[in-house]
Amino acid sequence: MHEWALAESIVMTVLDAAKKEKLKKITEINIQIGELQQIEQDIFEFAIEEIIKSHKNKLKNVKINIATENSKLKCKICNHEWMFSDIRENLNNDESEAIHFIPEVALVHTRCPKCGSPDFDISSGRGVSISSIKGER
Amino acid sequence: MDARVSVIAKRLKNIKRIISVASGKGGVGKSLVASTLALNLVEKGFKVGLLDLDLYGPSSHIILGVKNVFPEEKKGIIPPSIHGIKFMSIIYFTEDKPSAFRGIDITNIIIEILAITKWESLDYLIIDMPPGIGDETLDVIRFIKRGEFLVITTESKVSMGAVVKLLKILKELKIPMIGILENMKMTNSSMVKDEAIKLKIPFIGSIKYDNNLEEAIGDPDSLLKSRFMKELNENLIKTNF
Repeated sequence: MHEWALAESIVMTVLDAAKKEKLKKITEINIQIGELQQIEQDIFEFAIEEIIKSHKNKLKNVKINIATENSKLKCKICNHEWMFSDIRENLNNDESEAIHFIPEVALVHTRCPKCGSPDFDISSGRGVSISSIKGER
Repeated sequence: MDARVSVIAKRLKNIKRIISVASGKGGVGKSLVASTLALNLVEKGFKVGLLDLDLYGPSSHIILGVKNVFPEEKKGIIPPSIHGIKFMSIIYFTEDKPSAFRGIDITNIIIEILAITKWESLDYLIIDMPPGIGDETLDVIRFIKRGEFLVITTESKVSMGAVVKLLKILKELKIPMIGILENMKMTNSSMVKDEAIKLKIPFIGSIKYDNNLEEAIGDPDSLLKSRFMKELNENLIKTNF
């Protein structure tokens, strides 16, 4: 359940941004989660709701939108492009779980499906980011 | 906006001192110093964490004989205790397969590890750094504001050529430096000490080449009894550990 650790990072980022922008109340948070993170969304949402409880003043009734950013992997050798979902079924549980914790180990446990190279870009689909927040001054 | 960065300071909040064991050059004994330093401090009763950030060539787990363990997942990642050291490494996630990472991947791995690892309260977090002044060094400087550097070298001119560059950049960035420690000493050369004086960086001392050390690798009890450990301890006493 390292979803909790990531949820905590969301709330902290929002509170930091609110302070910087002098927002009295935050009304909406738009979150983007990379596909490679393989987050369990219900745990992640529950964790955010729980953490928010200790910041009631600024985050009461905040609307939370979570979107998954699809992965885009591109081979640096043959330029082939694919998605993590295309190859996920080839991974065993341990490999899949390792990528869940550290998405970049996809470079360790997978290869370009076309030429077999380990040298590919994770062009999108990793990390946890906030695309926007809305609030009241 | 990468949300993970915001939580890093909180994860490190209850750590009294963060020490990066670094060098401009590979093969000078950084991992050995980092691992044995962690063991030494645990023996003295301190609460110690060890983070291996050598992502291409992690080796602290080999030195400490870490096998068949995996971090516990509890609202984050709890590093397993190895001989009393809370030990975190990429090795738990790579199964010892070759790890070919580019710069942006390195930065993302460091952010993820720092954001999800729950060290809780520690007296010391020792970071085993990869050689050089690449992404890992720059990211440690960027994300770990309270870090201090312990720089390792050998008396080889080749090592010092690269180490001096690291020392100069750390100095330019005003990063606190515990000093420079000379490892695998085999001659009476004062070259390293002279360079340190010239750069106005504390020269801690030397550790003689220990012929028997290889046999102790993988066995913390033998490492604690080694001549290397005795000399490391004598050098640590000269500093503020």
